[in-house]
Amino acid sequence: VLAAEWPAAAFQATKLDEAMKAALGSTEVKDGPVQIKAPTIAENGAVVPVTVTTDSPMTADNYVSDIYIFVDNNPSPLIASFHLTPMSGKADVSTRIKMGKTSKVRAVVKTNKGEMFQAANEVKVTIGGCGG
Amino acid sequence: MAEDIGNPKIRVQSSAKKGEAVQVRALILHPMETGQRKDPKTGQAIPAHFIKTVTAEYNGKPVMTADWGVGVSRNPFLSFYVRVEESGTLKLTFADDKGGSWSDEAKIQVS
Amino acid sequence: GVIRPAGAAAKKMPGDIYEVPTYGNVTLLHFTDTHAQLMPIYFREPDTNIGVGQARGKPPHLVGKAFLEHFKIRPNSIHSHAYTPIDFVEGARKYGKVGGFAHLATLVKRYRGESPKRTLLLDGGDTWQGSGTALWTKGLDMVQACNQLGVDSMVGHWEFTLGQDRVKELVEKEAKFDFLAQNIKDNEFGDPVFKPYAIKEVNGFRVAVIGQAFPFTPIANPRYLIPDWSFGIQDQNMQAMVDKVRNDEKADVVVVLSHNGMDVDLKMAERVKGIDVILGGHTHDAVPQPSIVGKTLVVNSGSNGKFLSRLDLDVAKGRVKGYKFTMLPIFSNLIKPDAEMAQLIEKIRAPYQDKLNEKLAVSEDLLYRRGNFNGTFDQLIVQALMDMKNAEAAFSPGFRWGTTVLPGQPITFEHVMDQTALTYPVVTLNEFTGAQIKEIMEDVADNLFNPDPYYQQGGDMVRVGGIEYTMDPTKTIGNRIQNLHIRGKAVEADKKYKVAGWASVGQPLEGEPIWDLVAKWLREQKTVKVSKLNRPRLIGVENNPGIMG
Ligand SMILES: [Mn+2]
Ligand SMILES: [Mn+2]
Repeated sequence: VLAAEWPAAAFQATKLDEAMKAALGSTEVKDGPVQIKAPTIAENGAVVPVTVTTDSPMTADNYVSDIYIFVDNNPSPLIASFHLTPMSGKADVSTRIKMGKTSKVRAVVKTNKGEMFQAANEVKVTIGGCGG
Repeated sequence: MAEDIGNPKIRVQSSAKKGEAVQVRALILHPMETGQRKDPKTGQAIPAHFIKTVTAEYNGKPVMTADWGVGVSRNPFLSFYVRVEESGTLKLTFADDKGGSWSDEAKIQVS
Repeated sequence: GVIRPAGAAAKKMPGDIYEVPTYGNVTLLHFTDTHAQLMPIYFREPDTNIGVGQARGKPPHLVGKAFLEHFKIRPNSIHSHAYTPIDFVEGARKYGKVGGFAHLATLVKRYRGESPKRTLLLDGGDTWQGSGTALWTKGLDMVQACNQLGVDSMVGHWEFTLGQDRVKELVEKEAKFDFLAQNIKDNEFGDPVFKPYAIKEVNGFRVAVIGQAFPFTPIANPRYLIPDWSFGIQDQNMQAMVDKVRNDEKADVVVVLSHNGMDVDLKMAERVKGIDVILGGHTHDAVPQPSIVGKTLVVNSGSNGKFLSRLDLDVAKGRVKGYKFTMLPIFSNLIKPDAEMAQLIEKIRAPYQDKLNEKLAVSEDLLYRRGNFNGTFDQLIVQALMDMKNAEAAFSPGFRWGTTVLPGQPITFEHVMDQTALTYPVVTLNEFTGAQIKEIMEDVADNLFNPDPYYQQGGDMVRVGGIEYTMDPTKTIGNRIQNLHIRGKAVEADKKYKVAGWASVGQPLEGEPIWDLVAKWLREQKTVKVSKLNRPRLIGVENNPGIMG
């Protein structure tokens, strides 16, 4: 599973459904228990911190194998994919991503049994100013 | 232009209990160019230049790999976990689309 | 409450509005958003504070009569004057000024004296900004005043506009109190920048105070002033801190000292379990009774030094058994100023006194800012901007600070600083297309009227000059602003308009500060009158109790 080819088609897709199809083989992913930690309003669209977590025992026969991060409205919606092993110990990854405009940040989790589920959080990109 | 690039830094606790999932945090300098920007001075397109893969090994065994696109921020940050069963070395390698490759290591003492 | 001559009310006596019967065993005193007002001032509460979605008609989105009815406050009383703008001028002439640190100090000393060793004094932030002296001393005057007042812990927002180095310097070298923030992390590895919480031993109990800084500081204010820090609501980390103080630190009471703004506090109280009390600020809401969310009390204590909240708790090992809450308006005529604090304030102000006292013009109208849309003082500022910059339109930020000037009262340079004192004051003149103007206004409107509080920044609507519009606060972003006109003509999307403004958050600018422009304009006018307020025609919010009839 590890050290596979960099998935060019998925990263080059310019629409969410194309990117999901290329990365996951499907656009039909059910909602599930994935926690996305991202700001509700981005402080800086060029650097938006995102953490994706899900509960998993991470044992040899029951673990999260892949975590995908998409930004629905980005010119290239697939941002990153993380491929885990039982040695990861915990299905919990973070990175910082670019966002051009307000969008849903979407995380898809895949298990070693091929099960997939997703969640999405809205992150607002605003002009700013003003305050109490 | 001499670019600020590479110099990966790993932050991890130096000791852990056997079987503990330990958080690994890392930073690396990289422009993460999208290929869609123009140089404001010359008006010429700046070619894409970004980290494509990150691999993490503990004592030579694979822990995690990541595939990245141009949507990861400049000077990327990454965190993930590793379950440690014995003392050892965590090695992280970043590879970009122009053949650049940078590694860093951190030791974890397991008791 | 009976009005007493100066000094009398500070002592315990019948009819004294400051008398609070002793209850329980722990007392929390809270003030917030003083915006560096060391001296007594006038401050008119808003006539418009619209709640949309679930917030409609609930505190803090009540004004005028609806406010009085909800909180059972007698009309035409000293309290109705404190909490509403009804007959404001008449009330201000009758009851006098409010706030002032010397008056606050008397009250704090009195309560500490009555209940020794059981009182904490907590400052909700927006304390080091909002006056000429705070700007010119880079916040030092307020740190000294808070040291003398005996503040135990504080959180921040406008403090950060002094720049990250200055904040660190004041916190590390000058402040005798904690500066707490669970939600400020460095931009490198995400390590905490400040202590997330403090544990206080109070009357044999352990009180945890967790700090929550204004989550949207780098958006509402210039990010370049705090380039290495990130903020955010971070309620998962808040939950972790609450669990930590409960389980590891064995806290008996968990207090969140918050600068979220009240709507965000209410949502956070729903999402984070185990908080006993949120003492909040930022949205400047003066709410005379706590809102109760599950088992959490949510208190918001007004602004500009006008109110002190007192929360008496009956604490048992590991839990709160009961509470009594009293919100105290600080009427300067009813409280004898504390001599030591008065002396410190005099010393602070001495070098600037002549400058502050300059009389620039006389106003024929009541001048105020606070409220969802243009106040009369904002209207003067946008008028000055358009006149002095020869602009077709003007924008001025919807800040919630800024003191009030009575009709006939001279407008001093100090009043102008009360409205404008910030560290990015440069006046700008931009060419915006009609489409850009609409986009800016839609963006700000969404930060105010998004039905989900976690997407609100807690300022008011951008103030406009020369612009008329219709607004439906209940719509979504892009659809709230309609019928946009500049100088009587329908705005064209592609046409360019000259728009003056100030307080740009993008990058540091050189140029004339807004206070000089406004002062110059006022000196020329000699007397000023506000003939028309550029407020929108509102639709979709008929009978909203957040709009005064
Ligand atoms: Mn404030
Ligand atoms: Mn504030």
